[in-house]
Amino acid sequence: MTLLKHHLFWPSAALATLVVVNVIANPNFAKITMRDGDLYGNPVTILRESAPLMLVALGMTLVIATRGIDLSVGAVMAVSGAVSLTIIADAPDPGSLGIVVTAIATAVLVALVLGAWNGFLVSVLGIQPIIATLVLMLAGRGVALLITGGAITTVTSAPYKFISNGYLILLPVAFFIWVAVVAVVALIERRTALGMLTEAVGINPEASRLAGVRSRGIIWGAYIASGVLAGVAGIINASNTMAADSNNAGYLIELYAILAVVLGGTSLMGGKFSIAGTVIGVLTVTTLDKTIQFFGVPPAQSPVFFAVVVVIVVLVQSPRVHQWGRSLSRRRSGHGPGDAGGEPAAASATPTRQEVSA
Amino acid sequence: MNKRFLSTIAFAGAAAFALAGCSTETGSTGSSSSTAEAESTGGSDAAASDVITVGFAQTGAESGWRSANTDSMKAAFSEDNGFELIFNAADNDPAAQISAVRNFINQGVDAIVIAPVVEDGWDDVLQEAADAGIPVVLEDRTVSASEDLYASWVGLDFHAEGVKAGEWAAAEFGDTETNMVVLEGTTGSAPANERAAGFDEAIAGTGITTIDSQTGDFTRDGGKSVMEGYIANYGLDGIDLVYAHNDDMGLGAIEAIESAGGVPGEDIKIVTIDAVKDGMQALVDGKINYIVECNPLLGEQAAQIVKDVLAGTAVEKAYYVEDQAFTQEQAAEVIDTRPY
Repeated sequence: MTLLKHHLFWPSAALATLVVVNVIANPNFAKITMRDGDLYGNPVTILRESAPLMLVALGMTLVIATRGIDLSVGAVMAVSGAVSLTIIADAPDPGSLGIVVTAIATAVLVALVLGAWNGFLVSVLGIQPIIATLVLMLAGRGVALLITGGAITTVTSAPYKFISNGYLILLPVAFFIWVAVVAVVALIERRTALGMLTEAVGINPEASRLAGVRSRGIIWGAYIASGVLAGVAGIINASNTMAADSNNAGYLIELYAILAVVLGGTSLMGGKFSIAGTVIGVLTVTTLDKTIQFFGVPPAQSPVFFAVVVVIVVLVQSPRVHQWGRSLSRRRSGHGPGDAGGEPAAASATPTRQEVSA
Repeated sequence: MNKRFLSTIAFAGAAAFALAGCSTETGSTGSSSSTAEAESTGGSDAAASDVITVGFAQTGAESGWRSANTDSMKAAFSEDNGFELIFNAADNDPAAQISAVRNFINQGVDAIVIAPVVEDGWDDVLQEAADAGIPVVLEDRTVSASEDLYASWVGLDFHAEGVKAGEWAAAEFGDTETNMVVLEGTTGSAPANERAAGFDEAIAGTGITTIDSQTGDFTRDGGKSVMEGYIANYGLDGIDLVYAHNDDMGLGAIEAIESAGGVPGEDIKIVTIDAVKDGMQALVDGKINYIVECNPLLGEQAAQIVKDVLAGTAVEKAYYVEDQAFTQEQAAEVIDTRPY
């Protein structure tokens, strides 16, 4: 019963179900092979391909926790990819480590500035987050196209390629990047008071201000974090195909990130957030993406398939649906013998407010 | 739901962009947007004597082919050639493209050139252009609307491209049992539909079986991601041939095959369509086995058709540009001399 009430139970159950259904339908889904000391296979691909969405969704989690939203992440990804690849393409020696480090540092810096701009609009000027970040969402890709001169910039650079296609110990580098970033964000948010303050700002900005919380800095910081994480995501994305495609890099990723955050159990109303939930949410979205391929859903029907699964997953997680389920099972158990349908009504109707931890 | 929301925003953005274009055009008379239509029509009549104003609704910049096509169009519709080109790229969004065309009509351009994102949904806006007396020339992809609604079309025979690619595959594999996977273009687009149909015709009766077909949206990223799925599902040994509807998806597939430890061009044969620079390089490097060209240099011919139509000269309904095809050896000979 306590397990059922854990805030990560339903998101995890949804992900586990998705995986199990896939494996039953096609055992190749879980097949992992070892080659040259590295692991390959679909589960590894899912871990690797999750990286960009994972970083973006992490930033989105922090922003959503402050009652905000960041629609510009996809555009920031495009800009960051364009900046880094343009620097590498213009360099005399694209393969040198120094150039690649410079390119990455510049791209992340640009992303930081873009995030700071969003944060400035929201926290200092008090513009509604959806409008403030819409500006960059629409303008950002234009900036990226300007940087690449309207073309798809492609480069050959071994160190840059390593970011998304390389392997460290057994597993892809991109996987380690997102694990490291998740760990750092979780440490900062949960081992200091920052996470609690962020939630306080999200639950009631006015009350937290009266209580002495500097909400402006916290909100601003969340948008900067989101910008930087989107920047890193853009670098990983560009490294994946070694091409800066300003129109398609991170296309619609803001919406998938919001979806992943919500699937992970963080409310769009702000306040309580769950980093672990977001990780599970992102893996669910990426797994679903691969499911469409493995089931061989025809391209024309795949958006419908995606939508149906998302609707089911969201319904399964809805507290109200749980309540109906419980009252239904209670009614049924009243007629027949056997154990009574679990908790008394009073307990199940009270929403469980437990401490969220990463 | 998400897509709809986004396209609404894109629509609004495109509209805002086009309105901005309107007001600069008619800015001398200081118009508001509601009167822009009437005034700009007047303006273009005056300008028609020397400069031809052409609105070009490009699909976007999704591939190397598209960039080459855009460059060719911009060069042909240059000021030196007597044109004023209003360029719009719709980023692969059909709704944004239709709204761009509508704005060209409102601006009262002399002619409109469209490279349609998808085949369907053009009837209304083409009718509006016809009602406004603005000739429409289609470039590259076709539309399903009635032929009466546009003046002419210039482009490639996608069906013949598919047939050429298929004939190579049929000759290469013959009756050998071959498992083929397909990387489809954007769902619903003319090249995706026609290239699939042409290929299937050419391989009918051979030992080639299509074991899976998914869309990679004409992008590298899409091609790589879909190919990774195929490899995980069927294994490297379970796939003999990849047919990619364009080079970029084929290049993505190469990345996927290499990162799975396979040798593209040997373990898995690859046939693509387009012949852009990166694709030709991969062909020379032996990573792709056969490329059917899809010539993007349509600008000059499109410009000539626009001039003819405006001058009242009779034009054909369709102009096909001849395509070539390259094996690895042929590619090595021509790669340095190709303009794109």
